[in-house]
Amino acid sequence: MKLKYFSAPYLVWMIVFILVPLLMIAYFAFTGDDGGFTVKYISDVGQYANIFVRSIWLSLIATAICLVIAYPVAFILSRMEKHKQGTMLMIVMLPMWMNFLLRTYAWMTLLGNNGIINYILGLVGLGPYKLINTSAAVVLGMVYNYLPFMILPLYSVMEKIDKSMFEAADDLGCSSVQTLFRVIVPLSMPGITSGITMVFVPAISTFIISRMLGGGSNLLIGDLIEMQFLGNAYNPHLGAAISFVLMVIILVIMTIMNQFDPDEQVLM
Amino acid sequence: MENIVSLQNIIMEFEDGEQILKNISLDIKDKEFVTFLGPSGCGKTTTLRIIAGFLEPKSGDVLFEGKRINGMPPHKRNVNTVFQRYALFPHLNVYENIAFGLRVKKVPEKEIVRRVGEMLEIVNLMGYEKRSVNRLSGGQQQRVAIARALVNHPKVLLLDEPLGALDLKLRKEMQIELRKIQQELELTFIYVTHDQEEALTMSDSIVVMNNGSIQQIGSPTDIYNEPVNAFVADFIGESNIISGTMPEDFVVEFNGRKFECVDSGFNAGERVDVVIRPEDVKIIPADKAKLTGIVKSVVFKGVHYEMIIDGKEHKWTVHSTKAESAGSMVGMNFAPSDIHIMKKTEE
Repeated sequence: MKLKYFSAPYLVWMIVFILVPLLMIAYFAFTGDDGGFTVKYISDVGQYANIFVRSIWLSLIATAICLVIAYPVAFILSRMEKHKQGTMLMIVMLPMWMNFLLRTYAWMTLLGNNGIINYILGLVGLGPYKLINTSAAVVLGMVYNYLPFMILPLYSVMEKIDKSMFEAADDLGCSSVQTLFRVIVPLSMPGITSGITMVFVPAISTFIISRMLGGGSNLLIGDLIEMQFLGNAYNPHLGAAISFVLMVIILVIMTIMNQFDPDEQVLM
Repeated sequence: MENIVSLQNIIMEFEDGEQILKNISLDIKDKEFVTFLGPSGCGKTTTLRIIAGFLEPKSGDVLFEGKRINGMPPHKRNVNTVFQRYALFPHLNVYENIAFGLRVKKVPEKEIVRRVGEMLEIVNLMGYEKRSVNRLSGGQQQRVAIARALVNHPKVLLLDEPLGALDLKLRKEMQIELRKIQQELELTFIYVTHDQEEALTMSDSIVVMNNGSIQQIGSPTDIYNEPVNAFVADFIGESNIISGTMPEDFVVEFNGRKFECVDSGFNAGERVDVVIRPEDVKIIPADKAKLTGIVKSVVFKGVHYEMIIDGKEHKWTVHSTKAESAGSMVGMNFAPSDIHIMKKTEE
């Protein structure tokens, strides 16, 4: 029996649950209520350009912050003794065991105008500051929720870099900073690109975080799409059109990203 | 010739306090091919890594051209290393791997092109510039590793068992090539190996190590012909090692017989190790010999036959171009200069 037949169930799964829904989104995006072809909804997406820009901008900031925090963490983690790595990884993963909503609610009470942070600041005579319902709060929520998705791929790539690479760089005249940029960064590039993908994609399409921490004024694409399907504005064609445009944007960004990956892996 | 590297009373310990190097002192002369030879765990790689700067000795001084360099990081030392498993950069091609050290030092592009080209020629890898190092054979990777180190014009090249992963034929070729490169470029090579044949083939001088201390330093001929103790004799080639005594100068007694020898200066009756190389045992007719034995096995080894001869007190390993028939009784004799007498080593 040929092994490839074993992949048949997966193939069916992919067709039914991935390919068909994608085609349905495309179908709804390019048709009207009467079922006829139209580009009306795609062109309507243009009205929400400011929301698209805000979403991309906030997700990029969140992704960049995640990378800056996760890179040294992952590196230190990967250089620890093997038995300590397991424990440390678990600590990194621990927040993910908690429900996503709960974690975000927690930030609401922390950041609120009468929240814990403002209360503590008040004790030393500062504030209260407006922390919640700001775009900074949305970015914070994204960083907090998606940081492990940056650390894990970075760690798994860095862990495989042999110690002799650093010794060779040192031997050939590299200071620590030169070793970082000439050896460690290029060798961890696959981890960087997949980490960015794994943070950026959920961040750009999130709606819970912006709803809970951003208030009404920090609407993101995710909120917009949700409103078209579940809100009063019920308009599945527009919702599909927005989703379609978002998909194209992500595709373009990821294609650019993959140009930096030496192995030219498709990480989508 | 001056000393380029000197180690003075180097002591190295593991965290648990186990000593890896027990007070090592050593001078390495400029432009010499020096080999650290010993079994695994003897401390030879540790010594090399101390010279490279990857390890700091617990005590003792490392001198480079007479200056103390303890604590100086590897990238500031004028030495380069060829690593055991090459440690080539997988994200760079052959050319960029070799150019790495020069780029770090911001050498002008024109000179990089010239020096890398020169190196490619020396290691015989012209035409491989654009090739990914992952698609090279073991021998080619080895050459890139050597070129990557040599392109920096180090005063000393450190090689950590660089030929260990290659097959025998390639290893022999690379041995000769490495020796040629060392002589042409007039560099100091410090070479670590556990292969005694490799050490004898390539070196100007061999440092035999065991259990964290130096057993003997000398030229390949000295080490082979005049091993200072039974360990060296046994490690450098095969040997028959027999316990004996020195009843008087120039006479040694072992296996119940007295033999003429060329050594003197022992106390009368002092217990010694007697070392006789397999190729120095002469097979003579049994009725004319002081020592006799029965041929147990004969194995053809290419150039010679290896025979095990059971002489009651000792099983002799004998190399001869002429095979005796197994089971026959033969006699053995030795020229006085082939009998090497050594003080007993305290275990």
